[in-house]
Amino acid sequence: MNPISVGLVVVAAAALVGAAAGALAPARTRPLVTGTATAVVGLGGVLVGVAALGGQTWSLTVAHLLPLAETTLAVDALSGAFLLLIGAVAIAAGVYGIGYTSPGGAHATDEDDAAPGHDGVGAHDDASGPATAAASRTAQAVLPLFAAAMLLVPAAASVSTLLVLWELMALTSLVLVLAEHRLRRSVRDAGLWYAGMTHAGLVAIMLGLVVLAAGAGGESFAAMRAGSAGLSPATASCVFVLIFLGFGSKAGMVPLHVWLPRAHPEAPSHVSALMSAAMVTLGLYGIIRVGFDLLGGGTRWWWLLVLAVGSVSALYGVLQASVAADLKRLLAYSTTENVGLMLMGVGAAGVFAAEGNRVLAGLLLAAAVLHAVNHAAFKALLFFGAGSVLRSTGLRDLDRLGGLASRMPVTTALFAVGALGAAGLPAGNGFVSEWLLLQGLIHSVTGAMAPSVVVAISMPLAVAVVALTAGLGVATFVKAFGVGFLARPRSAAATGATESPLSMRAGMGLAAAACTALALAPSIAGAPLSRLLSVLPSVRDGAPLAGSDVSLRLAGIAGSMSPLLIVVGLLVAGLGAAALVRRVTHGAPRRATPVWGGGSTRLSPRMEYTATSFAEPLIRVFDDVLRPEQDIDVTPFAESEFLIESISYRQRVPDRVEARLYPPLLAAARRWGQWSRGIANGSVHRYLAYGFIGLLVVLVIVGITS
Amino acid sequence: MTAAGVVGVLVQVALVVGGAPLLVGLMRQVRAVLEGRAGAGIGQPWRDLRKLMKKEAIRPEGTSWVFTSGPLVLFASTLVIAAVAPFVSTASPLDGVADLFAVVSLLLLGTVALTLAGLDTGTAFGGMGASREVTIAALAEPTILLAGFALSARVGSSNLADIVAGTLATPAQVLSPATLLAAVAFAVVVIAEAGRLPVDNPATHLELTMIHEAMILEYAGRDLAVVELASAMRLAVLLGLSVNLFVPWGVATSSAPLALLGATAVFALKVGLLGAVLAAFEVFIAKWRLFRVPELLAGSFLFGLLAVSASFFLA
Repeated sequence: MNPISVGLVVVAAAALVGAAAGALAPARTRPLVTGTATAVVGLGGVLVGVAALGGQTWSLTVAHLLPLAETTLAVDALSGAFLLLIGAVAIAAGVYGIGYTSPGGAHATDEDDAAPGHDGVGAHDDASGPATAAASRTAQAVLPLFAAAMLLVPAAASVSTLLVLWELMALTSLVLVLAEHRLRRSVRDAGLWYAGMTHAGLVAIMLGLVVLAAGAGGESFAAMRAGSAGLSPATASCVFVLIFLGFGSKAGMVPLHVWLPRAHPEAPSHVSALMSAAMVTLGLYGIIRVGFDLLGGGTRWWWLLVLAVGSVSALYGVLQASVAADLKRLLAYSTTENVGLMLMGVGAAGVFAAEGNRVLAGLLLAAAVLHAVNHAAFKALLFFGAGSVLRSTGLRDLDRLGGLASRMPVTTALFAVGALGAAGLPAGNGFVSEWLLLQGLIHSVTGAMAPSVVVAISMPLAVAVVALTAGLGVATFVKAFGVGFLARPRSAAATGATESPLSMRAGMGLAAAACTALALAPSIAGAPLSRLLSVLPSVRDGAPLAGSDVSLRLAGIAGSMSPLLIVVGLLVAGLGAAALVRRVTHGAPRRATPVWGGGSTRLSPRMEYTATSFAEPLIRVFDDVLRPEQDIDVTPFAESEFLIESISYRQRVPDRVEARLYPPLLAAARRWGQWSRGIANGSVHRYLAYGFIGLLVVLVIVGITS
Repeated sequence: MTAAGVVGVLVQVALVVGGAPLLVGLMRQVRAVLEGRAGAGIGQPWRDLRKLMKKEAIRPEGTSWVFTSGPLVLFASTLVIAAVAPFVSTASPLDGVADLFAVVSLLLLGTVALTLAGLDTGTAFGGMGASREVTIAALAEPTILLAGFALSARVGSSNLADIVAGTLATPAQVLSPATLLAAVAFAVVVIAEAGRLPVDNPATHLELTMIHEAMILEYAGRDLAVVELASAMRLAVLLGLSVNLFVPWGVATSSAPLALLGATAVFALKVGLLGAVLAAFEVFIAKWRLFRVPELLAGSFLFGLLAVSASFFLA
């Protein structure tokens, strides 16, 4: 029996059993039951992914499961990579969710958000309240279904199957985003935005795929693959732009990213991790699947569009992340940034594939997929870490956190591992894929082929974008870790933080282990990536990375780097220096002293640098892009206007893309709705007349055209 | 990994660790002489380090392992660069690590270790220094990578040894527009990364202007000694990189003992000379306002972009 079919059966069975058990189990055992079921679903996905990346393929057609169309599932190496990624995240999220949704701990509520100043309010500890919101019957029952729906999307092999699974994934995730809707008003707002954006995306995907299926003469992927060559260039371009918009809205690219910074912070943290680490990559999968596989590569301007949108997403995402003070919002914007980097890799790969430079195309696509895997590992870990902090303190606001290194040592250390990966520094896993991306971009000029003018202009700019993104990414995660976890606590809630339950630490530990493995031995990805590329002959059929020794060598072009040697070198140098210093000073202990306060002896936590003050230079430098809103209220005493009683200063960095683009669109939609209310006044006779006229118009058109 | 290659690595490490404080001493001495002071002599940084090692180390209340490990990470990351970069010999056995982007990231790792330590102290000074340092590092990143792109374009590899060997093979390339533009961009970045004037004043302890010193304010004794030594090494490594990327003559292409000896002397001379020039240049300028530094970096970014364009279109 094929391990892929076994794995998929495990996924489906565990999801259904888990959903039923989640709906029926008593509240006490519910977290354990659904968490385990989700982890088993993930395990099934990992099984399928490993088998598919090992070279196995599998397909299944069921005739009568859906009305009007066959249900077709097929798994190849490209699906396998994403199944493995999603499955691994689901395992960690399932384990983590057991502790996260169990009673105890404090979760953010409206009262917290509305609390004035930075003095903080105490943690909410009532077991009946916030903590159980994410453990509600509905939310718990839907969690395994969501994981299974995500896993089945890359296995879909026909338009109708894909759309049904895609919508199942969207609806289950929407239910999960709304889990805490009774606690905070902002959850309802986030749910509305998410529902709107995901359905707009669905419409675009559906239109694109339906046009493609009609032109290719069949709705199964095999038929579309065979028939897409017959499409006119205009139709193919139209299809590509539509599916790029549709999948891009799920991936969170600018300007369709608006739902991410809303939905990711408001969802329960293990759901945020699933959405941010796993679900957004399905947008990337869709673009690769349709663009390279079904449409066979297409023309150069498609991929220049992808490259440009990716660049804007990377820069805008990281800029917003670097000034965000809400930890989960920061992570959501960082997702937009990383999706931007992946899209840049895919776009550049497409440009080179269209120009016939298949060595670079293969390398860049491999870099993009590897970055998706790396991002999944570190972003899941970071959302778990943020969730642990949220559960323990009820806070997401970095300006009120701090001092967690001694109170939550395990969470702090594991968050540091994730932050290192996200910052793209050596010894972190993000470094490897960013290095591959840069190598692909800089070799544009020196490959076997002379660069075209478009390449000569776009690639240096892309390198600059990647570099600035990496630099600002470092600033972002220094802020997230340094302000959020180090120094002294900035509020009472942070002072009372305690370490998370064992299952949450285990979930984080799994993600951290994945980060470390990917950081130290990225060459294990070499063979799977070359199998993945063999699915996409329009890009390249061959291995992007050569050698499986300690260092990473590029195939076809010069370039090598050894993450393992770097880490070993750092460890040897660091430990050697520590031992030497200890020897010279005879191991004298450090004396604990108060920090120097410039003469003052009473330093209050309010004098510490906060996330907002940390990001202030960046806000000033990028003032033209960010356009922060500031207002200062000075209240003088009644006796004299020169005696100041209080000064209140507020600064907000609104999402400028959203503020500029969406209000006009929403206003137009509202006007349209109001106008149509006029013609739909409730009269049955009118509706019958509309139907009749509509039928007549269709008949006339059919009569004229045929 | 041959024995001779290992010797080459050890020579480089010893040269950087031993020579970096002397380089700082030399630069201070040049400055002192030009300002009409006697100066403390070029051995003073080493004497300072010896004194600091004897002093008591402290651990400010509320700090964590991040504070105590910060100096070690800074030191280790700089030491790894000193081991792998082609300072004395291009025939390094650690060739695979000597990628330009990896070296740049290692520099950034050292910066991050100190900024986190600065934040960990929980004082306004630490946070202020960290915030400024990270802002400058983030803005310098595009320039340094574009300059690297321009340099690697002509040899088809971002490996430092390949770039140096490529320049040695075709010396005329040094005067190509791409290389000259990249040199200007690189110089600005080196000044910013090393915290020299006009970006940061290494001699100041004035609260409102300091960047690097603000982050390390809480260190004392042996921890401060490690930070000081690592910062000096960082300066030496940055100057060494700029010297060997643009004026590589004298670098040994084999691991023969005599070649290594000669290359060591030439390298020390070149870096010393560049340090002296930098110190003399610093006498004539003042520190800039913090918010003019981004303008400087934007200018250098433009040079980097022009360098890459020149390597495309004028090649």
